Amino acid sequence: MMDKPWNNRAWLFVVPVLVVVLFSSLIPMMTVVNYSVQDTMGQNNFFWNGVAWFQGLLDPTSDIGGRFASALVRNLIFSIVILCLELPLGIAVALCIPKQGWKVGASLVLIALPLLIPWTVVGTIWQIFARQDIGLLGAALNAIGIHYNDTQDPTSAWATIVIMDVWHWTGMIALLSYAGLKAIPDAFYQAARIDGASRWSVFRNIELPKLQKVLVIAVLLRFMESFMIYTEPSVVTGGGPGEATSFLSLDLVKIALGQVDLGNAAAMSIVYYLITLTICYVFFTIMTQLDQRKGV
Amino acid sequence: MSLELRNISLKQGQDVIIDDVSLNFERGTMNVLLGPTLAGKTTLMRLMAGLDKPTSGDVLVDGKSVVQVPVRRRSVAMVYQQFVNYPSLTVYENIASPLRVVGLPKAEIEKRVQEASRVLRLDPFLQRLPAQLSGGQQQRTAIARALVKHAELVLLDEPLANLDYKLREELREELPKLFAATGTILVYATTEPTEALLLGGTTATLWQGRVTQKGPTPAVYRFPANIDAARVFSDPPLNEFTTTLSGHKTTLPDGRSVDATALLPNLADGTYRIGFRVEDAKLGPISGAPLTFAGKVAVTEISGSESFVHLDIGTATWVSLVLGVHDWKPGAPAEIRIDPARIFVFDASGKLVRAPEARATRAAVLV
Repeated sequence: MMDKPWNNRAWLFVVPVLVVVLFSSLIPMMTVVNYSVQDTMGQNNFFWNGVAWFQGLLDPTSDIGGRFASALVRNLIFSIVILCLELPLGIAVALCIPKQGWKVGASLVLIALPLLIPWTVVGTIWQIFARQDIGLLGAALNAIGIHYNDTQDPTSAWATIVIMDVWHWTGMIALLSYAGLKAIPDAFYQAARIDGASRWSVFRNIELPKLQKVLVIAVLLRFMESFMIYTEPSVVTGGGPGEATSFLSLDLVKIALGQVDLGNAAAMSIVYYLITLTICYVFFTIMTQLDQRKGV
Repeated sequence: MSLELRNISLKQGQDVIIDDVSLNFERGTMNVLLGPTLAGKTTLMRLMAGLDKPTSGDVLVDGKSVVQVPVRRRSVAMVYQQFVNYPSLTVYENIASPLRVVGLPKAEIEKRVQEASRVLRLDPFLQRLPAQLSGGQQQRTAIARALVKHAELVLLDEPLANLDYKLREELREELPKLFAATGTILVYATTEPTEALLLGGTTATLWQGRVTQKGPTPAVYRFPANIDAARVFSDPPLNEFTTTLSGHKTTLPDGRSVDATALLPNLADGTYRIGFRVEDAKLGPISGAPLTFAGKVAVTEISGSESFVHLDIGTATWVSLVLGVHDWKPGAPAEIRIDPARIFVFDASGKLVRAPEARATRAAVLV
């Protein structure tokens, strides 16, 4: 075996990164871990509580467990619903973007506009838009006889949040898909025309497979973001009516800051984080396996 | 089937992409479209296939106009420079795809796919996806797709340009044989004169959207009808200079005036453009030769067992082909001699007025 040079001073080069990670991740994380295994009666007196917070959280029959489970289910349904809407819609929009001329730039700018609006502003816009007295959407729907009240009716609240998210984020999927479509050489379309392939077949056998990588990334981004959604529903519905739109992050903030229930909030943070991490890992594995299978 | 392009032109705004092209193609023939990039080869093929409509002129199949016939109703197959296959379909399904669209019976599809995959040596890969194949195998799949269709017109648009040298040689030899058996009109676009000569058949040279000449490939090489055809069919580029003939004297680019009897026999006074290919620019001093020039070596490119010596003669840069590997330093003095019997002479309008007789040179060996 070869003798490798050994010099412990090399560790010095890693120190800056370690310091950053320490303050940005490890210390805050450990604080949360600390809270999740302790209880307090106030006056900054903490005592050991073991895994009791976690047991309660993961037991759907308990108070907090039921609350967590329903927020989780709500959040998953929300993510799936918006993906099912935004993905086909985004691809459809991308397919409709003009091929050349000034219209290309104009379309791209218009599609990108909602992405440039700060999230609290998006929430505020839709909160006003949905109002029954002065909001264009709310007032108009009620005027034509459709019962719509996003502060009292869960269906209305859900519809508002979902449509708002679709409005806000379909553009991103459209832009990603557009970039993917642009990368397909014209020869593929020519070959399909010579074969006499139908428009559907061109989409199914050329465009969709060529978009696959871009779409996997789009799904990943949209899923993670929608799974952690906080700002917009917090502004529009505040999680209501009742608990109808209380997603995980909204509930977490309520428990931590509203009820100052630090133990439950800390345990919930950690479980929430682990769920996100797991889904991320699963996505990543699927992505890399697809690549390997295709031999790319 | 015969295909005729009759005075077709294609304009895009102010730009003339194809300029009054008339060509005939007969059943079972090998036709080469030779021209540099942007000469209009691909556009011409798109017009033949029916992917585009000409601005004016007519495309006739067996004497009947097909300009209004949509491409899917024509019997056309095409292979591109890029490897074009359906990414989500297996090699088998890719080859079968044009047949499935037509709705052939299963047994017939099976038979044709097996046959095509056998001649293109794709049998072991039929269940793979295109991305799992090498470049050469991907292109063979694309060729198989064109082959199974039994199309009457097969367009090959620089099909070997993206392949490595070895594969290119292999496939170049196979391609004409594969399609010759089917009695199709084979049209092959290329930028390389050598490739055109290797393929044989008939060559049409293209330059700036115009067909500058059409004829049997060796004949076009030996007797380019005009200077554009000669330039397109010379790689490295044709060496050229302009001369003015007056009486029995003619001028050379270095200012000398020499006896014109050997150089421009039986020609009227006027300005001529003289061209000669790299193999006819010899290096080394020869006393008594009427065409000798003094120059300097600009750069030497060594290609296999040959050296291409770029020579700066003051008013132009010429290239000389020298057998063997030489390493002349840039700036070294060199003498170039040209055999007057080996030159092409073009008149002021670019028309060929004199061509060298064929003899056992590199060109003749190739032909």
